[in-house]
Amino acid sequence: MPIITYREALNQALREEMSRDDRVFIMGEEVGVYNGAYKVSKGLLEEFGENRVVDSPIAELGFSGIGVGAAMAGLRPVIEFMTWNFALLAIDQVVNSAAKMLYMSGGQFNVPIVFRGPNGAALQLGAQHSQAFESWLAHIPGIKVVSPGTPYDAKGLLKSAIRDDNPVVFLEGEMLYNTKGEVPEAEYLIPLGKADVKREGSDCSIITSGKMALVAVQVADQLAKEDIHVDVVDLLTIRPMDVEAIYASVRKTQRAVVLEEGWELCGIGAQVVDFIQRECFDDLDAPVLRVHQADVPMPYAKGLEKIAKPDAAKTIAAIKQVMYRA
Amino acid sequence: MATKVFMEALSPTMEEGRLVKWNVAEGTAVKSGDVLAEVETDKAVMELVARGDGVLRKQFVAEGATVPVSSVVGVIAAADEDIGAIVSLAVGVAATAPAAAASSSAVTASATSATNTASAPASAQVTAPVAAPAVAPVVAGSTGPTRSSPLARRLAREGGVNLGAIAGSGPGGRVIKRDIEAAMSGAGAAAPSATTASRAAAVGDFVDEPLTQIRKTIAKRLAESIGPIPTFFLTAEFDMSRVVEMRTQAAALGDDFKVSVNDIVLKAVATALAKHPEVNAHWLGDKIRFFNRVHLGMAVATDDGLIVPVIFDADRKGLRELSRESRELAAKARERKLTPNEYTGSTFSVSNLGMMQIDQFTAIINPPECGILAIGALEDTPVVLDGAVTVRKRMRVTMSCDHRVIDGAVGARFLQELRRMLENPLMLVF
Repeated sequence: MPIITYREALNQALREEMSRDDRVFIMGEEVGVYNGAYKVSKGLLEEFGENRVVDSPIAELGFSGIGVGAAMAGLRPVIEFMTWNFALLAIDQVVNSAAKMLYMSGGQFNVPIVFRGPNGAALQLGAQHSQAFESWLAHIPGIKVVSPGTPYDAKGLLKSAIRDDNPVVFLEGEMLYNTKGEVPEAEYLIPLGKADVKREGSDCSIITSGKMALVAVQVADQLAKEDIHVDVVDLLTIRPMDVEAIYASVRKTQRAVVLEEGWELCGIGAQVVDFIQRECFDDLDAPVLRVHQADVPMPYAKGLEKIAKPDAAKTIAAIKQVMYRA
Repeated sequence: MATKVFMEALSPTMEEGRLVKWNVAEGTAVKSGDVLAEVETDKAVMELVARGDGVLRKQFVAEGATVPVSSVVGVIAAADEDIGAIVSLAVGVAATAPAAAASSSAVTASATSATNTASAPASAQVTAPVAAPAVAPVVAGSTGPTRSSPLARRLAREGGVNLGAIAGSGPGGRVIKRDIEAAMSGAGAAAPSATTASRAAAVGDFVDEPLTQIRKTIAKRLAESIGPIPTFFLTAEFDMSRVVEMRTQAAALGDDFKVSVNDIVLKAVATALAKHPEVNAHWLGDKIRFFNRVHLGMAVATDDGLIVPVIFDADRKGLRELSRESRELAAKARERKLTPNEYTGSTFSVSNLGMMQIDQFTAIINPPECGILAIGALEDTPVVLDGAVTVRKRMRVTMSCDHRVIDGAVGARFLQELRRMLENPLMLVF
């Protein structure tokens, strides 16, 4: 099976879906002539022309609104944000237009749109450019939130997102674009709303998604050497959340650590813990712990940034604590 | 809100207490946790602490007086608060304690909860309930909730295990899955009988073995022959030269590495016991309980008499920790500051009179334990080594064995192990 980068996997997904359905088009800053800020749309302008690969001005609210309108009119836009930090300017179109149109039009207008771009911190980009927004977005009924961590997941999920008849928020990662993994040549889809167990283990569950799924896998492999076997549940889709996968894992391991990139308060982990305590109360042998970013704007200084981010060491410490091995 | 100060049950068997000394005068401001008074229980002098903030408005009991557990001995309240109701109730002291608790409004709640909190630490240690004190209504609620994980509760429910009978190994004594599993694998010993003295032992920490016919016969015949505990004694003389060398070398490394010869002996005994559960046992009348954990009793002479504080899990502790703990326990024992959980639950004991120049002696077994080791003085002794007479540091130990449990050869094998360890103390590092 070919080994390709996360970036190439997304590029393949876009190309395949644009070839399959001529209603699909891409719009965003630098997506065309420059081949995308992170080269995800490389070669697409050449292949599909400027009607389907549209360079926008630096006006997130504007081109997002155009995207929502186009979707209501029957097209299937893929809106690229250079990063989700910049999407804050467009959040009204995501939250108030895309997410609510189907509901408020009494079912008359669905909005088949994908908003995609890198989310979360990379390295030393400063507080304003190092934010994980999944909990903001997952809070909103009416949008789906997808957060793949591997090339395989990224491709299969982006194709499903583009084919979905309702708005999908697609969270990538600057630090993920160059990561590699096996991606089959044959076409495949990964259904939205289904988690994937990345490692099987009987001792403790890690519930996570996106970039943190890679950390979780690393943790699982490291702890296996200490005879601690971790079940890694990669949610893949944060909304709707695959709660059954979480329950199955926690019922098996009786302990859980929730690992996420964002901040603690009202984070994804808070919701996961709530699901677990409600449905798996009698299965728990220890409180569920969370690993997340420190409750500060992301520091620019390298050393501080490292301390502020969730990582493998913090996750291992949490696992040992819930296993009463600390 | 006013908080009554009760004579609390400060030991599992305490029914009354003597108020030795008030540390806080009437009219003094106190905070929760402050030591109000010293109280002599049936076992030790303990501290009575404030369970609320305010001013110690009244002392109802004079220094030197003895009152039953649950009596109101004082009251903490705001400086200007009306405490007339409490004062009048307190006059009838002990007998009225339940009535007082039931009587009125705001006071009742705080008083009851204060009592519950107060008694919980003492009773939480206790596997088998202690005979309920006369003032049942207040004390009955004092068992205190057993902390447990939801999973442990479910497993206990499904397995018919009495959660309250299990000592949790999780944080704060939380009973967790492994404790239940240990309890359930413990040969159905989930609910120890009321006579069990192994209060500090979790149920899974030992194996109960029913008596075989031969064991029964040995027990009966030998007990007929000599006292209720048919004791025999095994004496051995160990060469302690290497222990002394090791101690000297360690001490040269700095204060952090200073330990006594006795500490090394304790470490060796604990390590040997871990390898010989057949002498680390309790005689329980209808069965013998062999422990998988080593809780080493350490006889300490005090002005009031002998007490045996316990070094829990002594085999798992390093020399430094063992040394520090034995020093602390001995000091506490001499100051009569030991709490009940510090002197109950030993699985085997050691008594050392070496420092008093006793060469060799026999110690009396502390039932239901089945053995005790009497340690004599370290002496320069001429011995024959490789055909030549040379002077070595020697030490005599005598093990008293309960023959109902320990046969001669079994005790001897334990002493062989101990000899190997003390004559080659490097083994203790492993």
